[in-house]
Amino acid sequence: MTSSTRNRLFALGALLVAGAGLAFVAFGNIGQNLVFYWTPGEMLAQGSKAYGPTIRLGGIVQPGSLHWDAAHTHLTFRVADSDKAGAPSVVVQSLETPPQMFRERIGVVVEGTFDKSQTFTSSRLMVNHSNEYRPPKPGDGPDKWKATVSAPTAEAR
Amino acid sequence: MISILGTTLVLGGLLAAAFGAVVGIEGGLRHRPNALKIVLGAVTVFLVCMLGANLTMVYALVTHDFSVHYVSQVGSRATPLVYTVVSLWSALEGSILFWGAILAVYVFAFSRAHRNHPPTNPLLALGTMLAVGVFFSFLIAGPANPFGRVTPVPPDGPGPNPLLQNHVLMVIHPPMLYLGYVGMVVPFGIAVAALLRGQLGDAWMAVLRRWTLIPWMFLSVGIVLGSWWAYAVLGWGGYWAWDPVENASFLPWLTATAFLHSAMVQERRHTLKLWTVSLSLGCFLLTILGTFMTRSGVFNSVHSFTQSEIGPTFLVFLGVVLLVSIILIAVRGPLLVPEGNLGSVASRETAILLNNLLFAALTFTVLLGTVFPLVREAFSGVRISVGAPYFNRMAVPLGVAILFLMGVGPSLPWGRASPETLRRQFLVPAAIGVGVVLVCLVAGLRGGLTLLTFGLGGFAGTVTLREMALPVRVRMREQGEPLPQALWRSATRARRRFGGYMVHLGVVLVFVAIAASQSYVVHTTATLKTGERFQLGPYTVQLTGLRNGVDPHRRWTAAEVQVTDGRGRQHLLAPRMNFYERSTDPIGSPAIRSAAFEDFYLTLLAFDQGTPSASFNAWIFPMVSWIWWSLPLFVLGALFAAWPERRRARADAPEPVSVPGKAQSPGAAA
Repeated sequence: MTSSTRNRLFALGALLVAGAGLAFVAFGNIGQNLVFYWTPGEMLAQGSKAYGPTIRLGGIVQPGSLHWDAAHTHLTFRVADSDKAGAPSVVVQSLETPPQMFRERIGVVVEGTFDKSQTFTSSRLMVNHSNEYRPPKPGDGPDKWKATVSAPTAEAR
Repeated sequence: MISILGTTLVLGGLLAAAFGAVVGIEGGLRHRPNALKIVLGAVTVFLVCMLGANLTMVYALVTHDFSVHYVSQVGSRATPLVYTVVSLWSALEGSILFWGAILAVYVFAFSRAHRNHPPTNPLLALGTMLAVGVFFSFLIAGPANPFGRVTPVPPDGPGPNPLLQNHVLMVIHPPMLYLGYVGMVVPFGIAVAALLRGQLGDAWMAVLRRWTLIPWMFLSVGIVLGSWWAYAVLGWGGYWAWDPVENASFLPWLTATAFLHSAMVQERRHTLKLWTVSLSLGCFLLTILGTFMTRSGVFNSVHSFTQSEIGPTFLVFLGVVLLVSIILIAVRGPLLVPEGNLGSVASRETAILLNNLLFAALTFTVLLGTVFPLVREAFSGVRISVGAPYFNRMAVPLGVAILFLMGVGPSLPWGRASPETLRRQFLVPAAIGVGVVLVCLVAGLRGGLTLLTFGLGGFAGTVTLREMALPVRVRMREQGEPLPQALWRSATRARRRFGGYMVHLGVVLVFVAIAASQSYVVHTTATLKTGERFQLGPYTVQLTGLRNGVDPHRRWTAAEVQVTDGRGRQHLLAPRMNFYERSTDPIGSPAIRSAAFEDFYLTLLAFDQGTPSASFNAWIFPMVSWIWWSLPLFVLGALFAAWPERRRARADAPEPVSVPGKAQSPGAAA
């Protein structure tokens, strides 16, 4: 084995180790930073697995559930799988002022976390709109909003 | 009528490209110099057809011919003329049509620039590029045909996506990005030609380098303008979100940047040939992947227009290109033997090698985070995305290491550096870097990584400025030239060096600006009634009232606010919400008060005409505008480096000799 071959093998080995290390770190990091797309029904079905990770919860603002506190600073509402009575739904507390379009029965995506108290704390509230620029029709199921909102800045871009 | 004309032109382009591709590759492989004339003709026909098809579409748009499918999709009588023309690239089919035109212009420019080159390489390269042209004209003629007929003819259309007619940047940003994306076809063709021939001489390498630099420049401009547009128009309070679409443009930029550096090693040391060529192929693959991601509707954003049918076609094309690339590298790659060795550890080539490894690692991590959700969904049906924290945690350390190398590399000589040289070269810049950190600490700034970035920025910036100034000083001292003359001469005598350092300065600016604007951002939201105020940092914001207005294509409501800054100066800002005729959702326009060291950024979230009241999102972004100010440095630097050095010398350059190991004079071409 000549010295240049040995050097080359050594370099190759070092590269492989570095590459494997990088892949290991990257996959570990990805695992910790996944954002899940769920409807209220899907999220509730996860049980305690849903407590903790960042979730993008999509659904329809349940009619009659909008509630502001006295100082008009904190907003709570229920997000439901659909506008049918009895559809699975979750209480959402929004820390953010909702956009102009926000109202009952509109499709929304809220990003935040869910915890044992069964309250979804949202740090970001996005109103759904499709590429054709119309709000979801009352009949549109969750598949529809899934198809229309996904990017982190979907509200804006 | 328009439909028939347009479709005919596209089919003509398809035929010309197919013919030229076959003749070019066959002629190149069999060394038939006469084939070049035929291929040049095919290129010209392709250009005429593609430009003609685009002009036809523009004509249809401007005359509001709603019988044309694409016009009925994006046209509207209310849209101002500029945005009507621009809507050529504001939706899927049009943007692919426009793509075809840019491709044709690139191929034509390449064929003209190198028609005096010995014909084998240009034949193979043009053949490859035209083969790509076949795919795109097929897309335009088939799955993404914009010229379809609509019956009955609608009286009016919806107009382009309101977001795209909200700001003039929309007129510049997409063409720049397209020029960058499509331009990568040219280095791909050049690299494929080198592989098909199994040799890469210096002359052909120079061609490859220059034709990478041009799309690299457009890509840089496109990316910076895109983030500026996101910042100034979208109003979500940021400029980069690690959105798949942004990543799609960033990935080929990374590989192209790595290429531009490894090309220097290849030129000096005649090694890393296969790696350099692989980077060129990788750039093109990543642009196709990016186009697939943004155009097929697998990701949703303003860039992915509709759920379209072109996804599978693109995926097949991507697979074919990937397969061809791998086969070429595996079968022909071993022919590109290195003719030299890398130098010692403390040398510039080692620094560049490290730089390439870091860029490769960065490309890998960004690519992984971008495609991971797609792969996961394809296999398990679970819809997820990868959060920005992943990208930040992976990319920031790699970026900081790259910034460090930007100071180290230019300080090291080629070959071998003595300890004494090292001390002399690094003492002052390192001291300045440490000084920057200390000054920041004294000024009360905190945050380890941020301060490290500032320090390394000072270090790399000092090195870059010194490397630019040294030859000037030598000229002034030894030739007695006055400063401007010495500056001009030393710059023009080493264009690529000087241009490269200009770009480096721009990159330092971007690093520092990103670190500052991400680390020291301040944000709040507030709801105000008329007369009420809120405080953010040194700024006081008072709502004076709501105002409504009407433009031809939209209505708007603006919240008029009076902003008092830390020095007591008053500014009137009016963040707005625009209502486009055929769009159900309002589109916000943020109001930005930009100063040298910080931006005050205000968006209107919601308003109530009755009270009247308005809700705001407000941010203070330190130094964010420095990111956009790096643009001139990128453009000037790249142009400076790409400018033909000695036209005549290049035209007369000797034929690339096919014996490996015989170096050509590297001065002949830049």
